[in-house]
Amino acid sequence: MRTLEQTTQEVLDLATKHFQLPAGTLAPGDDFFKKLGIDSLQTLEMLSRLENHFGIELPDYEVQGVSDFKTLAERIQSRL
Amino acid sequence: MKMRNFTGKTLRWEWREGVIELMLDHEPANEIGTAMLAELEKFVASFESLAPETSVCIIASARKSVFSAGGDLRELYATAAAVPAKDRPAGVRVFLERIHAVLNAIDAAPFVTIAAIHGACLGGGLELALACDMIIADKMARFAFPELRLGFIPGFGGIPRLKRDLGNAFVRDLLFTGRTVNATRAHAVGLVAQVAGEGEALRIARSTAAQITKYDAVTRAAAKKFIKPIPHDELRREIDLFCELFTRPTVMAALKKFVEDSSPMPYLP
Repeated sequence: MRTLEQTTQEVLDLATKHFQLPAGTLAPGDDFFKKLGIDSLQTLEMLSRLENHFGIELPDYEVQGVSDFKTLAERIQSRL
Repeated sequence: MKMRNFTGKTLRWEWREGVIELMLDHEPANEIGTAMLAELEKFVASFESLAPETSVCIIASARKSVFSAGGDLRELYATAAAVPAKDRPAGVRVFLERIHAVLNAIDAAPFVTIAAIHGACLGGGLELALACDMIIADKMARFAFPELRLGFIPGFGGIPRLKRDLGNAFVRDLLFTGRTVNATRAHAVGLVAQVAGEGEALRIARSTAAQITKYDAVTRAAAKKFIKPIPHDELRREIDLFCELFTRPTVMAALKKFVEDSSPMPYLP
């Protein structure tokens, strides 16, 4: 089973790849809304990407108020 | 005169070799307000003349990342705010009866209807998809009924159609939590007929349509009518309940909050 650190890194890698950023641009504590400048529809898309990658369902209400990658990874970890 | 092709302000359609393709294309997210409703009414008015030579209709979106985000809440708020509170339910009822007439016509269309979904399919957008015979969704698509967060229920026929087509556990989860679910889950519960690769929903809908056109039209229409009854009584009761809930002050407050919301996730619980 993945550790939280592995999960966090996979979340960062997914976002880096999807938004075509240079490696190392994103950090666990970054606010993904501010850093990526994404709107609500892109947020939903990202949610699908994460669910498909990790093979989980992540209800929106569990990520309400979450804006950094590390906390997002914690929510994902609890579903693994 | 047969309207085989139409290009409007919010949508366009084209008939080719027995298949109609309707593309929703209304900024920003194919919201269903009075402008799209008027053009959808034109669309269903063309069914009678096009039906004898049509096997399938595919409904898809030309907008990136979204099939439809649902009812035009900004227009709904602006229209409701402009009239006295006591007159709001009557105004809403007029709109609801028109959209129900459109979706009932799509539901009962004498040819097969396929919703090809990519991106967000929320509220009224999901209700439009539910009026179709099949939903083909790409794996990035998401579905939701977020209406409860605004103090009302889905008003375009969503609940009766969900209950007709799916099991109660999923229907209640979707409605009471207002959460979005992905295409994989939607497929598992029987909401989505086929899951496509990212960006491939329309292509797969076209190949499915090509298969469907092989069979006898009269048999197909009879089978469709048999397996897919339209829940008219429940649909009427849904309009009544929506209008009753719309009188509550919490609805206008929630709509105002949505309209003024600049956060990245205004559509979500």
